[in-house]
Amino acid sequence: MPFQRFLGPWSPFQQPVRHLFDFHGGIHVPDHKSVSTSLPVVAAPLPPRLILPLHQHIGVSAEPVVKVGDLVLKGQRIAKSEGSLSAPVHAPSSGQIVEIGMLPVPHASGLDAPCIVIETDGMDRWCEHVGIPDWGHADPDLLRTQIRDAGIVGLGGAGFPSSIKLNPGPAYPIQTLILNGAECEPYITSDDLLMRAHAVEIIIGLRILVRIVNPSECLIAIEDNKPEAYQALFEAAVDTGIEVVRVPTRYPIGGERQLIQTVTGKEVPSGGLPAHIGVICQNIATAYASYRAVVHGEPLIARLLTLTGAAVPQPRNIEVLIGTPVNFLLQHYQVHRERIQSLILGGPMMGLALHHDGVPVIKTSNCLLCATINEVPPVFSLQPCIRCAACVPVCPINLLPQQMYWYARAQDFDKLEEYHLSDCIECGCCAEVCPSHIPLVQYYRFAKSEIAARDRAQQKADLARRRYEARETRLERDRREKAAKLARMKIVVVPSPVSSGENQSELDAKRAVIEAAVARVAAKRAAAAALKNSKEREAG
Amino acid sequence: MLSAIVSVSVLSSFLGGVLGYAAIRFRVQGNPLADKIERVLPQTQCGQCGFPGCKGYAIALTKEDTEIDRCVPGGQVVVMALSEFLGREPPKTVLVEKPQTVAFIDESICIGCTLCRQACPVDAIVGAAKQLHTVIRDACTGCELCVTPCPVDCISMEPLPQDMLTWKWPCPGVPLALEPKRTSASAGLH
Repeated sequence: MPFQRFLGPWSPFQQPVRHLFDFHGGIHVPDHKSVSTSLPVVAAPLPPRLILPLHQHIGVSAEPVVKVGDLVLKGQRIAKSEGSLSAPVHAPSSGQIVEIGMLPVPHASGLDAPCIVIETDGMDRWCEHVGIPDWGHADPDLLRTQIRDAGIVGLGGAGFPSSIKLNPGPAYPIQTLILNGAECEPYITSDDLLMRAHAVEIIIGLRILVRIVNPSECLIAIEDNKPEAYQALFEAAVDTGIEVVRVPTRYPIGGERQLIQTVTGKEVPSGGLPAHIGVICQNIATAYASYRAVVHGEPLIARLLTLTGAAVPQPRNIEVLIGTPVNFLLQHYQVHRERIQSLILGGPMMGLALHHDGVPVIKTSNCLLCATINEVPPVFSLQPCIRCAACVPVCPINLLPQQMYWYARAQDFDKLEEYHLSDCIECGCCAEVCPSHIPLVQYYRFAKSEIAARDRAQQKADLARRRYEARETRLERDRREKAAKLARMKIVVVPSPVSSGENQSELDAKRAVIEAAVARVAAKRAAAAALKNSKEREAG
Repeated sequence: MLSAIVSVSVLSSFLGGVLGYAAIRFRVQGNPLADKIERVLPQTQCGQCGFPGCKGYAIALTKEDTEIDRCVPGGQVVVMALSEFLGREPPKTVLVEKPQTVAFIDESICIGCTLCRQACPVDAIVGAAKQLHTVIRDACTGCELCVTPCPVDCISMEPLPQDMLTWKWPCPGVPLALEPKRTSASAGLH
């Protein structure tokens, strides 16, 4: 209403204040956000090489549909999704495929993974792409397919394929669709800047999501430390039926489950999904990517990234192509490499310390934190757990972190499952408040991966047992059938090793064949060894 | 006196009848303890324990005529699980776990004799007579039973490569079991 607009969003008369609920735990951390919000968003330059990992999402890796030497256009699909829980990958710029192989990727293991490398030609030529400008009347399934084919995954960090999240099935009718603009982790401001710059597009993206999911209410939640973003979205959302909600600033309110609890008061059950309680939560950047995919037909090939940390001369947000190598960004933005103590992809609480600066920016990378020694001081005073229980009141899931720590050290994985370790979101609140500086989250990650390995071993053992039993029954059946056949033919099997001359000659013939083969292979090997020896001698 | 004898004998014959009926009516098929033990074993069916397959070892364990540390592929994890399960003291020596391997057939050497296929306890080798054989990697348990029968030595055991799915986070500190025990005197001081 114009009257409300006149009063502005900060007026208490502006809209009925939504009743918010509380979630357990959480902490207040210095947010360091203002350092990267003063400069406007710029597009990062086109790198000479783009590295596109095939696995940038939760689920199965994508399958390449191009080969080395192919010329590709911007937006062209270069890897297709494999199975339902997967996402395709598109070329972020035009150029030539120069390599498909194992390269370093952003992953905690530091292992290499399959990637497609594009050498860009600088022309940035788009392939043919069509959107659905008339999305307001389009079939929801068509919109969902468009989002799936654009390779859109949850851009908040987890990377779950969005089209699957938007398809909860008829068993779970959705009441509430929440757009998550909380962005609670320190340093990260990419969602904030995106909301300030593209509020109208985000609202259109959200309305597309509303058309797909058809919820009874739809709201956008923004932490109250982002007044500009709130203002922008509030103005864009007037007369759309979308409610913009300010939520208190407390880490980790941007966690899906914490935000749902804050806004709706409903708790997602342990081991369950938000859809099970009629809620779907999507990230701001996902809504924007959906807008680009549906209205313009552009796949997910770029995203906003916060380049921040004390080692960066001008911390800011940049629009960067997926696949841009991190070292290219460091060089272009003149980051003081010698000052970097830890290069973190993501935020300081849940981010990933990179092993290698040649890794690319992927779909889920929202921040590149070049932290100096003052920002991530090394821990010298690692002390034993004194059971002070400071970690217990801050856990947002209401778990017992110190008890889980002891069980993780004792490798008592059954007990850890009893204590609901799998519900831990690894937010790091417990480790942050620990007076002994124990890296608690690392213990939980260790235990989680051990439990997963144990489950895999169990599955493998079950498979082996089934196969063994099937083989035993088959052998038993063969024996019975043979005996029955012999009985039918009234042949008496003589238990002595005496056999007919014909059989004996047959056996001899078989043996001769095998011996000949053995001799052949031996000769081949000897020849190979001789060749190798002679070569070595030549080389030596 | 007589009434006591009569009542006790009537009671005992009745209860004996009940027990006899129950023994037939509620007879347990198979060996439930062996099944439970078998679930702990890694199902490689390698026979390194000296028994035919994991089932054989499980049955032998129920009869208590073998040690609990004979499962080589299971390693110390299985020894500890069996020790807890059967209430037996684990032996002092610690079994070192071998890295997981899978069989690999060098197809340029294979002559298609089917001997390895017959030896595989889990049917993880496909191939017919005079046809090339190959290993189903996902089904192979790494038992090595196919290696010796091969007349041309074309089967080798390869370590399973580590990828992101099988990668595990390292333990950040010293596990409790390996932590040096404090003596009571020093514990009192701390």
